[in-house]
Amino acid sequence: MNNEWPLFEIFIRSKNGLEHRHMGSLHAADAVMAMENARDVYTRRQEGVSIWVVPSSEITASNPENNGELFAPAEDKVYRHPTFYDLPDELKHI
Amino acid sequence: MQRALYKYILLLGDNALVLGHRLSELCGHGPSLETDIALTNMSLDYFGQVRNYFQYAAELEGGSEDSIAFLRKERQYVNCLLVEQKNTDFAYIIMRQFLFDHWYLLILESLCSSKDERINAIANKAIKEVKYHHRFSETWVQRLAGGTSESFKRIQDATTFLYPYTQELIVANAIEVEMHEAGIGPDLKDIGQHYYDQIHTVFNKTGLQKPEENFFHKGGKEGIHTEHLGFILAELQYMQRTYPNMQW
Amino acid sequence: MNLSLENLEKQFQDRIDAGDNIEPKDWMPEKYRKTHIRQISQHAHSEIVGMLPEGNWITRAPSLRRKVALLAKVQDEAGHGLYLYSAAETLGISRDELFNQLHTGKAKYSSIFNYPAVTWADMGAIGWLVDGAAIINQVMLTRTSYGPYARAMVRICKEESFHQRQGFEIMLTLSKGTAEQKEMAQDALDRWWWPSLMMFGPTDAASTHTEQSMKWKIKRKTNDELRQQFIDITAPQAEFLGLKIPDPALQWNEERGHYDFGEINWDEFWQVVKGYGPCNKERINARVKAWDEGAWVREAALAYAEKKDSIQKAI
Ligand SMILES: [Fe+2]
Ligand SMILES: [Fe+2]
Repeated sequence: MNNEWPLFEIFIRSKNGLEHRHMGSLHAADAVMAMENARDVYTRRQEGVSIWVVPSSEITASNPENNGELFAPAEDKVYRHPTFYDLPDELKHI
Repeated sequence: MQRALYKYILLLGDNALVLGHRLSELCGHGPSLETDIALTNMSLDYFGQVRNYFQYAAELEGGSEDSIAFLRKERQYVNCLLVEQKNTDFAYIIMRQFLFDHWYLLILESLCSSKDERINAIANKAIKEVKYHHRFSETWVQRLAGGTSESFKRIQDATTFLYPYTQELIVANAIEVEMHEAGIGPDLKDIGQHYYDQIHTVFNKTGLQKPEENFFHKGGKEGIHTEHLGFILAELQYMQRTYPNMQW
Repeated sequence: MNLSLENLEKQFQDRIDAGDNIEPKDWMPEKYRKTHIRQISQHAHSEIVGMLPEGNWITRAPSLRRKVALLAKVQDEAGHGLYLYSAAETLGISRDELFNQLHTGKAKYSSIFNYPAVTWADMGAIGWLVDGAAIINQVMLTRTSYGPYARAMVRICKEESFHQRQGFEIMLTLSKGTAEQKEMAQDALDRWWWPSLMMFGPTDAASTHTEQSMKWKIKRKTNDELRQQFIDITAPQAEFLGLKIPDPALQWNEERGHYDFGEINWDEFWQVVKGYGPCNKERINARVKAWDEGAWVREAALAYAEKKDSIQKAI
């Protein structure tokens, strides 16, 4: 018996972005859960303003977008950002 | 008045601290990766709130966010007994969350118009996070109640066990009365009415039963805890107690 | 056009040589697919098992600031695991099956996570050294030939640099702290140094996969090259901390332009790989326990979704 939660593709529009962008996928039992999970998994550092979730099985053929992107920091989660850590300038490669 | 305000902040902050701690125990052990990430997010939200609360408390009465979080004695923690209950299984985790979130959201809604500016600001920030927790736990209660017979049984067990810890949330102690009279905190009687209306509605919709007998635990807000808290503190305080007065 | 297997393979290799990305729907040799499933899932497992040693310290973190940083870091690793499992799934294998391989010992994960995290300083050493070593490998992999893997790596690398910095900052605070704290930091470096070097895998001479991996651009540098790069970067950082790397042979070699270093204990490496590290059993048991205890939850959510679905369809 296959008990696996189905796969969803996640599209997110960030605050400054123009269109929804494919961010990746995740597993969820239903669309509501996929939406919740998408928020937790794919907007941990960024302020997404809109999320689309699509069952992967509904997608006929698409090549995943290239997703090099810059995320606006979630204001109160600065500790996720390297610059939160005060390290002396003379240190290299870190 | 300042002393009372300080104590009131502890009442708010300790709930977030202890619940955040319980959720943080689960990091790496959730039922699925996605759920693991979600629970950790909630834990992070609570610790963020703890820092806001305790930084304010430290300004009022001295100390630091860390000395308040880590260096009090067992009887000085004033969280409600509900939040220190164990992660017995996922149903307990969800029901504990559900019972707490519904109360906390009502509290924060009221604190958003608190006369105390700082509490007002903290609440306005926290409420966004808690609205999400609230929705998360309520949907999960529906899922577990409406899922399989096993999940129904488990969420019912959790309900039976945890429901007696709810009354403490809505019976005001002296500090809470004083804060309400000062226009800083809500009227808990009022909150209690809404609170039970809301959770009973969900129970009715999902077929969950609250326990028949009208028995409730209390004591947390006066610093008399279940035996769990001592173990929580043993971990929470380990470093600060073993290596006193150091910077980390 | 001649679509013989030989021809397809040649075209495939030409695309890789030209620097093209291979995408899930593209034709690929079966061995390329299998190798990727193995490597990506191994990588994913490492992220997930890697949550455990650090996860053990979340409830004991010494300050609220350190606690949220560590919690966020460990949570990120869950995210990394998730991105990587998703990448592996594009090759036609389910996450359940991948978990099953991990739980039954069929799949490997990075041996470093079979060492215990025994003091708070280990949170520093792991972030600094283990994440540091991982970054070197992962930066290389952002240019790997398989598109979904490369993209997952881009996202992961962005998140990783905070990990290493939070670790280094812990080490820095300890090494500037009391004598007891400095000792704790040195002890952690002593224990994590050699296992970190082993993270790059066996020497090129002993490595079985390197040649094919290079040809397919799964790897762009050999194990030994990456290890040398790590040592060259890390040795000055240790000096900066005022800590001593536990290798008497470690020395800058002007001629080579690299650090020389001592012999790695490969017996220990193979022993841990074979399952006899200090924590192999605990790690897998913890994963299996979480998975087994979650079974009823996953089932319930699915059952609920199906019921809701059929009600909706009936309307
Ligand atoms: Fe990672
Ligand atoms: Fe990392």
